[in-house]
Amino acid sequence: MNGNIPIEIENAVVSYREDVALRGVSLKVGAGEFVGVIGPNGAGKTTLLTVVNGLGKLVSGRVMVLGKPVVDGGRHELRRRVGYVAQIENIDPRMPMSVREVVMVGRYGLLGLFHRPGKHDWAIVDETLEMVGMTHLASRPIGHLSGGEQQRVSIARCLAQEPKLFLLDEPTASLDWKAQTEILELVKRIHNERHLTTLFVTHDLDALPHTCDRVVLMKDGLIIGDGTPDELISAESLSRLYNLPLSVVEERHPHIHMRKS
Amino acid sequence: MDLSIFGYQFMQNAMLAAFLGGIACSTIGVFVVLLHMSFIGVAMSHAAFAGALFGLLVGINPLITAFAFSLIAALVIGPLADRGELNPETSLGVIFSLMLGLAFLFMGLNPGTKSSALELLWGSILTVTHSNVMLLAVVAIIVVGLVIAFFKEIQATVFNRNIALAVGLPSTAIFYGVLFLTGATVTASLRSIGGLLIFSLILNPAAAAYQLTYNMKKMFLLAAIFGVLSGWTGLFFSYVFNLPSGATIVVTSSVIFMLSALFSPKRKVRKWLAKSVANDSETEK
Repeated sequence: MNGNIPIEIENAVVSYREDVALRGVSLKVGAGEFVGVIGPNGAGKTTLLTVVNGLGKLVSGRVMVLGKPVVDGGRHELRRRVGYVAQIENIDPRMPMSVREVVMVGRYGLLGLFHRPGKHDWAIVDETLEMVGMTHLASRPIGHLSGGEQQRVSIARCLAQEPKLFLLDEPTASLDWKAQTEILELVKRIHNERHLTTLFVTHDLDALPHTCDRVVLMKDGLIIGDGTPDELISAESLSRLYNLPLSVVEERHPHIHMRKS
Repeated sequence: MDLSIFGYQFMQNAMLAAFLGGIACSTIGVFVVLLHMSFIGVAMSHAAFAGALFGLLVGINPLITAFAFSLIAALVIGPLADRGELNPETSLGVIFSLMLGLAFLFMGLNPGTKSSALELLWGSILTVTHSNVMLLAVVAIIVVGLVIAFFKEIQATVFNRNIALAVGLPSTAIFYGVLFLTGATVTASLRSIGGLLIFSLILNPAAAAYQLTYNMKKMFLLAAIFGVLSGWTGLFFSYVFNLPSGATIVVTSSVIFMLSALFSPKRKVRKWLAKSVANDSETEK
């Protein structure tokens, strides 16, 4: 198996009861690539991520991740090597866990049953907290953090896993503009420093050009476009993607129109 | 005060039952509080009660039918709650009343005397038998042992099941394991605390501990202390004033919860959060 293609999806079909979430999706992601996935709600973007980390159940098709087929049974093994950051979820402010403990959760899968975290594990946790700039909040209860701080902790938790793949599902949704840009910069920096392969689902069209090497457009459970941000983020493709008249897209995103040249 | 009472076998059994039941129930309670599954817990404990009455009716050991009924309830509600198909409030109403309805139906169908049925309803810790104490001991040891052995998996699962799954932990197995243990604990405590009241002894000590600490290990420990304290204090009042023991235990645990809520350091946080939410909505205007 080619080790330079950490993600290889062939004709993946996934359905949840009556709804078909993916209708035959094929995608290859090379080592070190930073791929943005965009598309309207219900396009199958999140499902695409779950197919990669083994949480989604394939009806048909074949998925190879890190050189191994994703099959039932071996899923836990796979997930330990794949970092996953989801959207901010409401955390109970009274949750009895500190920031440091939450980051340690990232190492629990690797540790295996009956093994307690040791000095080495705590050192890694502290190092990742340093990397995301959260050392000063390490002993705070997790529920007391702001949205942006919580996403930094989620990213630190992924890094504590020492993953090869980095999956991000709208990590900046519902954050304010400052927190959004900071999280994006952090994700980009970590991607580069740790030589990760990143799959990044987002609605933030403006952020894509300077973060991603490659953009995948999804609609109705299919990939309808795949290329560089400059090629794909145009008024025409957005109009097709979101079913909006061209004039409306140009009106709402004048700078995108300018860029297409 | 005459302490010779503690020399009697029945009192020693009752003390032990309160100790073991208090620990097992409050440990389960920590899961109930942190996994937000009160409605599953209520349904399971009342299902156990209905099951026990069914056992009495058809002449099977009521503890076996109680365990079976609560597991059936867990297997029906668990997956529905899991997939978000069930609104907790609605299902609580439907299942709670169904289980009580079944319980009273079995009670009505039972031609014999009602005394053993009533005992299952409100519990009688002072008449608890040696074999019952042994059962409680086994369940309490299993529950505490599993929490210690799988603490990190449990911690990750109660923090966020999706995250636990995403880092490669079997959080679905942990969730159903917790439901199984809930069924076992409810069943073992049925005789001493009573089917109608058992859920308060599960919930109150853990809810009280939840008010007081930001450390999960301490929460388990505090909950167990509150559980045992409720059991012993309740037992004392039950004996001294000749009151139903289940009732005195549950009332004691509720008082402990109210005191904890009153003196909770987390109240400040809640006020602070409420304030920041209020500010946000003002700026949005």
